[in-house]
Amino acid sequence: MIRGGTVVDAGGRRRADVRISPIDGTILEVGPDLDPGAGGAGVIDAGGCLVTPGLVDLHTHLREPGGEEAETIESGSRAAALGGYTAVVAMPNTNPAIDDAATVRQVLELGAKALCDVRVAGAITVGRAGKQLAPLAEMAELGVRLFTDDGCGVQDSQLMRRALEYAGPLGVTLAQHCEDQALAGGGHLHEGEWSSRLGIPGIPAEAEELMVARDIALSRLTAAPVHFLHLSTAGSVELVREAKARGLRITAEAAPHHFTLTAAAAGGYDPIFKVNPPLRTDDDVTAVKAGLADGTIDAIATDHAPHTQEAKEEPFDQAPPGMVGLETALALALTELDLPVERVLALLAWGPAAIAGLTGDHGGPVQPGRPANLTVIDPAAEWTVDPDRLASRSRNCPYAGRRLTGRVRHTILRAEVVVLDGEAQR
Amino acid sequence: MRHLLSISDLGAEGIEEVMRLTDSFVEVSSRAIPKVPTLRGKTVVSLFFENSTRTRLSFETAAKRLSADIMTFSVGTSSVSKGESVRDTVETIEAMGIDAVVVRHRSAGVPWQVSRWIDASVINAGDGWHEHPTQALLDCYTIRERLQTLDGRRVAIVGDIKHSRVARSAVLAFSALGADVTLVAPPTLLPPSLAGWPVQVSHDLDEVLPKVDVVYLLRMQSERMQEALVPSLREYTAGYGLTRRRAAQLQDSTLVMHPGPMNRGVEIAAEVTALPNAVITRQVANGVAVRMAVLFLLLGSGTGR
Repeated sequence: MIRGGTVVDAGGRRRADVRISPIDGTILEVGPDLDPGAGGAGVIDAGGCLVTPGLVDLHTHLREPGGEEAETIESGSRAAALGGYTAVVAMPNTNPAIDDAATVRQVLELGAKALCDVRVAGAITVGRAGKQLAPLAEMAELGVRLFTDDGCGVQDSQLMRRALEYAGPLGVTLAQHCEDQALAGGGHLHEGEWSSRLGIPGIPAEAEELMVARDIALSRLTAAPVHFLHLSTAGSVELVREAKARGLRITAEAAPHHFTLTAAAAGGYDPIFKVNPPLRTDDDVTAVKAGLADGTIDAIATDHAPHTQEAKEEPFDQAPPGMVGLETALALALTELDLPVERVLALLAWGPAAIAGLTGDHGGPVQPGRPANLTVIDPAAEWTVDPDRLASRSRNCPYAGRRLTGRVRHTILRAEVVVLDGEAQR
Repeated sequence: MRHLLSISDLGAEGIEEVMRLTDSFVEVSSRAIPKVPTLRGKTVVSLFFENSTRTRLSFETAAKRLSADIMTFSVGTSSVSKGESVRDTVETIEAMGIDAVVVRHRSAGVPWQVSRWIDASVINAGDGWHEHPTQALLDCYTIRERLQTLDGRRVAIVGDIKHSRVARSAVLAFSALGADVTLVAPPTLLPPSLAGWPVQVSHDLDEVLPKVDVVYLLRMQSERMQEALVPSLREYTAGYGLTRRRAAQLQDSTLVMHPGPMNRGVEIAAEVTALPNAVITRQVANGVAVRMAVLFLLLGSGTGR
């Protein structure tokens, strides 16, 4: 039983205890002042805390298979659980890419023992090469609900159109990493003041916006839903806002680093701050925050992208892009976004659960009969980010030394306490 | 000051100090035996991940004239060609006990990374498109030699600014000393943003040339045509080359400068390099004395390591 907390879900907030069943992994009873039973055994303290549906990450690079030196499904799912997540969607840019049923099955099997639910996004094209459609139906049959070539966008407009048409009857969503590669021109930093000063080839905001605009048009053409991964520019946010106003089937996510950091962070040439899409400008940060506040952006997704220390010590233009984010996303959102906690949780839990097609198991509401996938958050806890103390196998965290407010206290996966008082239980 | 990574590490005062020190090392260089014991016992490594014979030789000559021991690390014959990381390479070299490392790398920012990994002084000898501070210092010295000061002087930097580490350092150094800098280039060869750059921009070399005290030409590389930045070298020369005809518009006192190596007939006509006010070989000659000044500043004054 989770005792003494305030339950927050899409229905609002109320003071309530939550009784869960270790036998079938569900919520048995929700209400104020439930009887803890004899001796209080099995009572988890949630005094002063928020009891919420477990968080859902739409965008996690678990690196397995093929990148196990940077992260494994085991280490990544532990990081996720410590970050309050009960489900993550594993991105398919592994080696080999997750582009067929066999690889989907392999990742799901490895994920079955993990500290959070591991779902899979399949590749749209074979080998993520952007040439030939991957077997979407075969993967959808295994429960895959999101498809993306993340790491790059599908450049060929005709192929993207066909993918959207073909995906329609499968009831799945295609998700795009929006970047026009020709315009991005092999850049490594947002094109602008900092790239010019540092002498690093830049990626203009328009490289992202071109593909956002194209895919909005393709969604209209095919009547298929499109989800935009990690929106980073003011122009992209505006395009999505207009498309939603016109009633198109568009959803979007943003990553914490795109509302907390700008290109200026890369001024010392530390590849820790290299990420794709790149860190942009103050105006873009402001626009992303506004999009998160007004519902233009539906979810905060980490784009957790672990890389080894050696890889991140390469010269800036050689180092791979990406930052770890599972263990800091919630606290960054609570600390840096001037939003009510209900809105922050909508962005981290029930918003992404709906996009990932996980509403049967994740995202709440917190009520009897639902799976007991819950996160207990201490919204007042202050802490300092120390990359050496992360559970992820990698240390490429850009927030070393940052003071944050709000921390995960317990994480509960199908009634199993996988994180207790901030410590992973296995 | 421990490192020289960027001209901005020096500021106007630091540049002035390098200029004053250079005066004395120019005198040393003119002696029959151009050598002083100033840095005896100090060890300097030249670590060139990208070939540059002239800059490397200039630094090595400077170190030798100061009696420092100089070790040369050239990438073609080293463990780097076997896949060793930059960090392992510099940490290995530092373990041998060195005082300064002179770094050239094709990627911008590598000297910054190196400075985080080792305790020795790091001198940036050119990083990607970013900076080449000792080039800008020797350019300042060369201009002052002829024009006494940069304060109020009008300098045109002409050509491929976007990809030029020489231009980035020169803009910082010339403007710090009070010069009025104009960049002259087609828009495709300018950085995408000039926010915070103390410069004016022109696309009309003929309009600029008669007004300037210094015209500084940058090397135009033929691969820029493959990137659709200019249609052809012929068209580039027609618009932005210092041809004989254009050179006739210069005032008699206007200096013609180039960091080398030159593409004669592209950014500069062969005849123009022979004009009395073409100071291109003076730039090279002053390079040694300026680098002696930089090494002395970092290693000899007691404020370094």
